Amino acid sequence: MAKKIRILIAKPGLDGHDRGAKYIARALKDAGYEVIYTGIRQTPEAIVKTAIQEDVDFVGLSLLSGAHNELFPRVVELLRENQADDIIVFGGGVIPESDIPGLKEKGLAAIFTPGTSIKAVIDFIESCRSKIEN
Amino acid sequence: MSELAEKILKGNLRSIGRAISIIENDECNREQLIDEIFPHTGRAVVWGITGAPGSGKSTLLDGFIADLRAQNRTAAVIAVDPSSPFTGGALLGDRLRMQRHATDPGVFIRSMASRGHLGGIATATADAIKILDAAGYDLIVVETIGVGQAEIEVVELADIVVLVLVPGTGDEIQAMKAGVMEIGDIFIINKKDLDGALKLKTEVEYVLHLKSNNNESEMNPVLLTSATRSEGLLETLRAIDDYLSRMQADGRLATRRQQRIENEVRKIVNAKIRLMAEKHLQIDQKIKQWAQQIGKQKQAPYALINSQLNQLLKDS
Repeated sequence: MAKKIRILIAKPGLDGHDRGAKYIARALKDAGYEVIYTGIRQTPEAIVKTAIQEDVDFVGLSLLSGAHNELFPRVVELLRENQADDIIVFGGGVIPESDIPGLKEKGLAAIFTPGTSIKAVIDFIESCRSKIEN
Repeated sequence: MSELAEKILKGNLRSIGRAISIIENDECNREQLIDEIFPHTGRAVVWGITGAPGSGKSTLLDGFIADLRAQNRTAAVIAVDPSSPFTGGALLGDRLRMQRHATDPGVFIRSMASRGHLGGIATATADAIKILDAAGYDLIVVETIGVGQAEIEVVELADIVVLVLVPGTGDEIQAMKAGVMEIGDIFIINKKDLDGALKLKTEVEYVLHLKSNNNESEMNPVLLTSATRSEGLLETLRAIDDYLSRMQADGRLATRRQQRIENEVRKIVNAKIRLMAEKHLQIDQKIKQWAQQIGKQKQAPYALINSQLNQLLKDS
């Protein structure tokens, strides 16, 4: 049997727009994953503690406020400090194309901008499956 | 002792989280891990909290955790939500209500999908309790999926069962029915500001009076709360603690815990027998053959099954 993949969908920062986060959480549930949703306005510390307690394989961060260049890498950094850098972090939201290379350099595995199909997200998750199962 | 077990006993969060996944996925080191930590279990108190979807279980728990932490008690929560029978996916949304405790080192919250298990909890719940117990949490709370009338398996895991009811869900006859109403030790009427809350309290108390033969001291407590307004929570916490002390004093707690172990041993043995039957007797394939004979040739089902099983036992 294939391993059950667990994904944390988290909203760091101060914006309260969680339609996108809820949409992706629901869609990933429908794709057969176990999805945990944190709700809005989470600190990177709370997200990392949650990811560890829930022992997730992925953390998906959603942010529309513009603070992604600070908050996304901070989550990656804290995971590393907690010996949890095997957890794969991806991001989504209103993120300028020009910021994406910098974020990937800082350990974000993928960035999904508005208009991304849910299939692209699922393909990304499945492309990591062999890495997770080892 | 394995490194993982040692880290669990030290309360390492990463190891506790991993261990619960090992149990959920039934990985090959699961049994050894449980055996290693088992001598360190039995210290924690286990609550079950159950009730209909949307009755306020998670929000109540969020308030209880805040009050428990103020009393310097640590708490771990296993919050079970249903898996989809169609896709196997799950949206685990209970911890959303408790997320203010996420960075508190005295609180551990784990969401758990039911993964096809019926009864309101997951197959992994019993062993996950042991991990959290060994990790040193004072209190472990199992929050069931939102239940209907018959999902009562939490009673087999918990020292005390808290049943959450809300107004507007029927008359006293509903409260007299078999099933979930029978497993509550503490009854909470949540959303007490809604119409019908007092009426429901009276009805539940009436039913509990019948159950206890009007013996006041044996009555289960019924409490009114408003989880979102944090009203009635401290009173409820006190009622739970008092009830547990009474259960401890009159020996019911010890009986319940022994019964829990017996239930677990029975479940493990049954599962192992089934595995052995499959491994040594290829029972699954034989079931298919017998079903053919019964379905197509209209052979008498019990006569066929009895004689075949007897034959298998003789041969083995």
